[in-house]
Amino acid sequence: MKRRTVLQLAALPASLGLFGTAQAQFRVEISGVGATQLPIAVPRFRDEEKAPQPVSAIIRADLERSGFFRPIDANGVALDETARPVMADWRGRSADALAAGSVQRLADGRFDVRFKLWDVVKGSEIGGQASAVDAADLRLAAHRIADYIYEKLTGDKGVFSTRIAYVTRGGGRYTLRVADADGEGGQVALNSPEPIISPAWSPDGRELAYVSFESQKAVVYAQEVMSGKRRPIANFRGSNSAPAWSPDGSTLAATLSREGGSQLFLMDRNGGNVRRLTSSQAIDTEPVFEYPDGKRIYFVSDRGGGPQVYRIATGGGNVERISFGGSYNISPAVSPDGRTLAYIARQGNSFKLHTLDLSSPGSQPVPLTDTTDDESPSFSPNGKLIIYATRAGGRDVLMTTTLDGKIKARLVSTTADVREPNWSPYGR
Amino acid sequence: MNSTHHHHLPRAALALLAAAVLAGCASTPLEDTKAPVESRSAGAAGGAGAGGASSGTSQSKVTPVDLAKTDNAMMSNLPRIVFFDFDSYVVKDEFRSTVEANAKVLSADAKKKVTIEGHTDERGGREYNLALGQKRAEAVAKSLALLGATNAQMEAVSFGKERPAVQGSDEAAYAKNRRAELVYR
Repeated sequence: MKRRTVLQLAALPASLGLFGTAQAQFRVEISGVGATQLPIAVPRFRDEEKAPQPVSAIIRADLERSGFFRPIDANGVALDETARPVMADWRGRSADALAAGSVQRLADGRFDVRFKLWDVVKGSEIGGQASAVDAADLRLAAHRIADYIYEKLTGDKGVFSTRIAYVTRGGGRYTLRVADADGEGGQVALNSPEPIISPAWSPDGRELAYVSFESQKAVVYAQEVMSGKRRPIANFRGSNSAPAWSPDGSTLAATLSREGGSQLFLMDRNGGNVRRLTSSQAIDTEPVFEYPDGKRIYFVSDRGGGPQVYRIATGGGNVERISFGGSYNISPAVSPDGRTLAYIARQGNSFKLHTLDLSSPGSQPVPLTDTTDDESPSFSPNGKLIIYATRAGGRDVLMTTTLDGKIKARLVSTTADVREPNWSPYGR
Repeated sequence: MNSTHHHHLPRAALALLAAAVLAGCASTPLEDTKAPVESRSAGAAGGAGAGGASSGTSQSKVTPVDLAKTDNAMMSNLPRIVFFDFDSYVVKDEFRSTVEANAKVLSADAKKKVTIEGHTDERGGREYNLALGQKRAEAVAKSLALLGATNAQMEAVSFGKERPAVQGSDEAAYAKNRRAELVYR
């Protein structure tokens, strides 16, 4: 497992550029400054203006949103993957890395996307790739290049080619959408006159479980994203909600009221073999499996009075309280390495995203935002970012933040209110 | 006496018959009485006034219909919302009459079915609010059950904060949204 701290990242390039002009942003509103950001130049790809997507702008925005990169102004520079860039010039522009490429339309209508990445400080070539993609996959090709650059320069796997699911509300309709991790290129998965909440990606990235109120009550469905084929998973008497997938995809946890009260149950991926996990007189809800092994489940319970985060073995047994600060802590999400808990804490009338270090007992919760209506945190599959819903400018929006809260980006620019984000795993 | 003819008799006549049967019971041998006749007749005697035209009725008869006493009117006048205090699931005394009126409707007709929909105000998480709304719906269902409604007639569900009655982010709006609604199917 590769784990590189910000300090190690800083040591990777021989020298870090201290300043540079911020690149024009691609519909990404960034706030904050990371502790260490690697300055990188990604000039416009040759002939990208003839393609339906601004490939280099997508790459620059991806890298910037990650918090680990600072795009350097490369306006007016003509460069592609075949060039032999003059490294002294790029060092003069304070760039530590450089990526250049081209987008060429093929006879069959596809696009050939090529690029190369250089270490400007060392003056050496790092690598490059070429791929032919459908026009509809040009954004994906750009995100994959950003992933390549991110992995080569930070040592961690990139998440730019993953996806997010979220729900929009507008015009009296509720729409479950799937978009690129940057919030762009959204496509409709489900359209309903009734509320949709709690989407959850299956670990293979092919299905979404969610709660739909289409039958005038909460019912859990699972839907294949590519085919649109859907099936009810939990449709018992009372309410059925809060679906969560086990890491191996074989099991779902959900909150059911079929035996009275809201309690946690486990079931097979098709809804069979339902068995009760918790037995309390209180509310038990919002289960999430602990990754990577799924041996424990984090959930919210008000068995101690107000809602707090607890933990129980997937096989049942003792319940252990995890959150302590404050009287209202909900919506737990566990990082892919199982070391960090993200959740929403109420302080007075505000609801704020917090993290808690699970690996060191007694550690204190860390608030990550300045907003007051945070909801539904979800980790990126590399564990480096958290996506969450909040309110800004009188609207419901989606934001991403680095785990230290220093770099935030606002996603999705639609007229509808956006909520309930869930970050997909790798793969699709 | 043969009970098979009773379906065709006017209710008033049935009531008279019932009285005669009851009066005769004491002196009639047990094997000659048909127990079901007694209970049915007694019930019919209580619901007089809906007689139909049949032989022996005057041609000038007018039967009054009082809409206030019909099922539809009773249903349309039925209070169907129970409001709750902040962070509370207690059915307050002021909604006792609401619960009683609905329990009466349900216990009078086993075929009637009601969904009790719990709701919360907009503050807090969606899933936790869904569970809070469920708790409110179940509290109302319990109150109804104590007054004679059966579990088979009721389903408690929740919309959490997803379907507010009114928009707004002040206490007045919150108070109107913390509720359970009774929806007859």
